[in-house]
Amino acid sequence: MKNADATTRALRFLAPAAVAVLVVGLWQSLTTVYDVPAYIVPSPLVVAQTLLQDGALLLRALGVTLTIALAALAVATLLGTLAALLFVQSRWIEMSLFPYAVLLQVTPIVAIAPLIIIWVKDTTLGLRSVDPGLLDFFRMARASRWQILTRLRVPGALPYFFGGLRIASGLSLIGAVVAEFVAGTGGSGAGLAYLILLSGFQLNVPRLFAALVLIAAAGVALFGATVWVSKRALSRWHESELEREA
Amino acid sequence: MVAIAAVEKTFANGTAALAPVDLVVRRGEFVSLLGPSGCGKSTLLNIVAGLVAPSRGTLAWWGGDFASTGVSGRRLAFVFQSPTLMPWARVDANVRLPLDLAHVERAAADRAVGEALALVGLEGFARHLPRELSGGMQMRVSIARALVTAPDLLLMDEPFGALDEFTRSRLDEELSALWGARGLTVLFVTHSIVESVFLSTRVAVMAARPGRVIADVPIDVPFPRDDAFRVSTTAAEHGRHLSALVAGAGAAARA
Repeated sequence: MKNADATTRALRFLAPAAVAVLVVGLWQSLTTVYDVPAYIVPSPLVVAQTLLQDGALLLRALGVTLTIALAALAVATLLGTLAALLFVQSRWIEMSLFPYAVLLQVTPIVAIAPLIIIWVKDTTLGLRSVDPGLLDFFRMARASRWQILTRLRVPGALPYFFGGLRIASGLSLIGAVVAEFVAGTGGSGAGLAYLILLSGFQLNVPRLFAALVLIAAAGVALFGATVWVSKRALSRWHESELEREA
Repeated sequence: MVAIAAVEKTFANGTAALAPVDLVVRRGEFVSLLGPSGCGKSTLLNIVAGLVAPSRGTLAWWGGDFASTGVSGRRLAFVFQSPTLMPWARVDANVRLPLDLAHVERAAADRAVGEALALVGLEGFARHLPRELSGGMQMRVSIARALVTAPDLLLMDEPFGALDEFTRSRLDEELSALWGARGLTVLFVTHSIVESVFLSTRVAVMAARPGRVIADVPIDVPFPRDDAFRVSTTAAEHGRHLSALVAGAGAAARA
């Protein structure tokens, strides 16, 4: 059985890798065979060359975009969690404030609003979704509002919170790119999205592709990071149960 | 110990859940509330627990009202239909919860948790997570959590209803032994006639629409009761009697 497990695990990496090799190979051979000009579709080799050549420029732009994305993520995490904690305190508060959370979503603050809404929804859902029997138990034990929040609602909401974090991490990158498209960050502080626009105007298609590859890679890395963080945090929560309030 | 006098409950939608109910539970008794679904037995238990306020009537806990006796004074524990454990916390942390909420000093709390786990035979499982345990073991953890405060009154709402029959009768025996050994006072909700006969010193038979107590039947059989009692003619006679009372009330309600 152990062998079967190892095979499955290996396949999980090998199968997608094979697809990548196949697609990139096909892409390379088609552009070579049909002699496609680089300003229409650059071959993977040309993209890789551009990545190396323009490395400094691209990385600086990536830094700008990532900074925006991460800042948006941080702001959204903070505001969203605070809002959710506030919402769950009473139905009245939620009823009075929820329409404004929706209003925020439809207002074009593209970098932040979609995050807020997902965050608040997921975490509020999580905070509310505690076992009603457990809630009764806490009430019977005359637990304070604070005890119910810290010992029941927050730990119960953690999986939802991290679910929201995973979605929000992807959205933060989209938000940052869209924000750059809309608002623009020209000059020395130019991000990847601005570089893509500029490369488009200049018909520097290889650089455009290189920038796209970087954005995709950054998205994957960000997603991977949140998955890793949530795995660590959730399993550590179990471990630290004993030490809490010691 | 607990005196329920003319307690009524009408829900906001007008449903009369409980007609005036009188019931007294004395120290050391094991009283079962027996009846079909919808007879208000869980509602009555929730009222005794202070989770639901009665519409009319009075309750006295140890001679006082709910507010004056308070949680530490009345030491009341509740076991629900499901184990209602915190899935993220280990068994010992789950059992320690009521003590933590009451800010009991850590060393004393850990000692009490160890004793409670020993009572339900789960000494070796303190560091397990609830999902690593079977349904019956989770219920035992829930009982340990109730016993850890050494409650004066233990309220149980069909605690073994979701378990298979073998596990259920084994837990019934364990509960009965615990009750005898620890001198517990138990108010136990069930819709199983067999279970109520096996466990109780007294069975309050309830009927539906509106929920009310129609008979108070003592089960005068000495403890400890074992498997032999379960299939004895005495148990069968008690069962037939209770069954007739429940059926009679059902027929009267349909008429």
